[in-house]
Amino acid sequence: MCRKATHILVLLFAILANVTIAYAQEHPEAQHDAEVHEGLDMTHLIFHHVLDSYQWDIVGWEDENGVEQKLSIPLPIIAYHDGQFLFALSSSFKDGATLQEGALTWHMGVPEGRVVEKLLVSTPYEKDVRPTLDLSITRNVASMWLSVIVILVIFVSASRAYKKSLVPHGAVGAVEACVLFVKEIADEQIGEKSAKYVPYMLSLFFFIWINNIIGLIPFFPFSTNLSGNIAFTATLAVGTFILTNFNATKHYWVHNFTVPGVPFVMKFILVPIEIVTMFIRPFTLLVRLFANVTGGHIIILSLIAMIFIIGHIAMAVPSILLTLIIFVLEIIFGALQAYIFTLLSALYIGLAVNDEH
Amino acid sequence: MDLLSPEPGLVFWTALTFLILLYLLGKYAWKPLLGAINERETAIKQAVENAAKASEELKQIEATKARIEAETRKDRDSILKEAHALKDNIVEEAKVAAQQEAQKIVEAAKAQIAKDRADAMQDLRKTVAKLSVEIASKVIAKDLEKDGSQNDLVEKCLQECNFN
Repeated sequence: MCRKATHILVLLFAILANVTIAYAQEHPEAQHDAEVHEGLDMTHLIFHHVLDSYQWDIVGWEDENGVEQKLSIPLPIIAYHDGQFLFALSSSFKDGATLQEGALTWHMGVPEGRVVEKLLVSTPYEKDVRPTLDLSITRNVASMWLSVIVILVIFVSASRAYKKSLVPHGAVGAVEACVLFVKEIADEQIGEKSAKYVPYMLSLFFFIWINNIIGLIPFFPFSTNLSGNIAFTATLAVGTFILTNFNATKHYWVHNFTVPGVPFVMKFILVPIEIVTMFIRPFTLLVRLFANVTGGHIIILSLIAMIFIIGHIAMAVPSILLTLIIFVLEIIFGALQAYIFTLLSALYIGLAVNDEH
Repeated sequence: MDLLSPEPGLVFWTALTFLILLYLLGKYAWKPLLGAINERETAIKQAVENAAKASEELKQIEATKARIEAETRKDRDSILKEAHALKDNIVEEAKVAAQQEAQKIVEAAKAQIAKDRADAMQDLRKTVAKLSVEIASKVIAKDLEKDGSQNDLVEKCLQECNFN
């Protein structure tokens, strides 16, 4: 049933994509028209959403002169370069678009005691450099902090409910079910040593899941793509890597570096494989989460963008229907990806900290 | 900002935020939450164990009760039996005693009767003798007057002294 639906979906998507491409090939000027001339550069729009940004857009519109206007929340820019720190609000950079696309640039000839506005005069494509360290509170960071508040509110208030009664009811019961579900993943994969890792697994699961959900809600202050950002997934994967290897038993290292129980010659092949595996495991974690979440966002945005690329109201019907289906799938995947990340993290840690398996 | 190259800034903030989140959740959410769940688990286990223990105890009590009941029944039966035997015994003894008593009374009565009879016979004899003397004296007195009236007199005297 599900597979069939997916097939139909892929088929529909392929047909629609073909139509679009065919149309664009026949009318190259139309493509230009549709994508750029009307101020709707779809690639830019999609990547603007998928990537990070120095400001948090609420709504955007075109004024009577056809100039793009945006209502957005400026976010703080914190950067370090050549012994200098820069603290500023992103709104003090007049050309917001440059900031968004080209990342933060730093003018070489900034005088001492600079004013932030002076930076804006810089020509971004010539002498400017990227700062050594860019610690700006970007949209993703702000969204991450929002998720932290959401997570803390949910779980701290849920844990408070147990002070009144050991048998909570209502929403706390649902929270407990989720918590026990994740705890069981850790218990099953790690075994008797799991108690030490359960808090990490719980935090990991809900951090990813809540951020996936936040990414799917399509309006301010949500709809960011934090859990689909490679920096985010890489950091979490490194966390799992550290926990795996710093708590590994002697058995794990002996196994990885000597591969007992195989002919001597085979060790020349298997030992490098084992060592590479150590790094590939967290790498697959980070790529899987990044690709799934970002892919989901791109698909949804592409389907919506198709209405504007085709430029006909009738396109809204299949486009919205498809978006709806993908959206529901994304909601499932949001939980599924958090589950997989947690499950595999627990599995890797379990393999490393247990002598017998 | 590239799609595929991680931004150091976001790595820094993610790491810092996640560590803080880990600490806060660990301290204020997971510890009390898991503690409460654990506590509840222990409480449930305890309750189940207690229930099992209680039912075991109940079984033992039932067994003891049955045993005591059986013993009591046996005691009761033996007491009843004893009582029956005692009763029979008493009745038997009483019968014997009563018979003996009756025998005694009858014998005493017989002796009394015999004695009374003897006394009566003695009295009768005396009375007869006396009467005989009286009659004889009267007959003798009458004889003097008329010979025929002797028999009437005797008859009359005899009627006068009723032998009752």
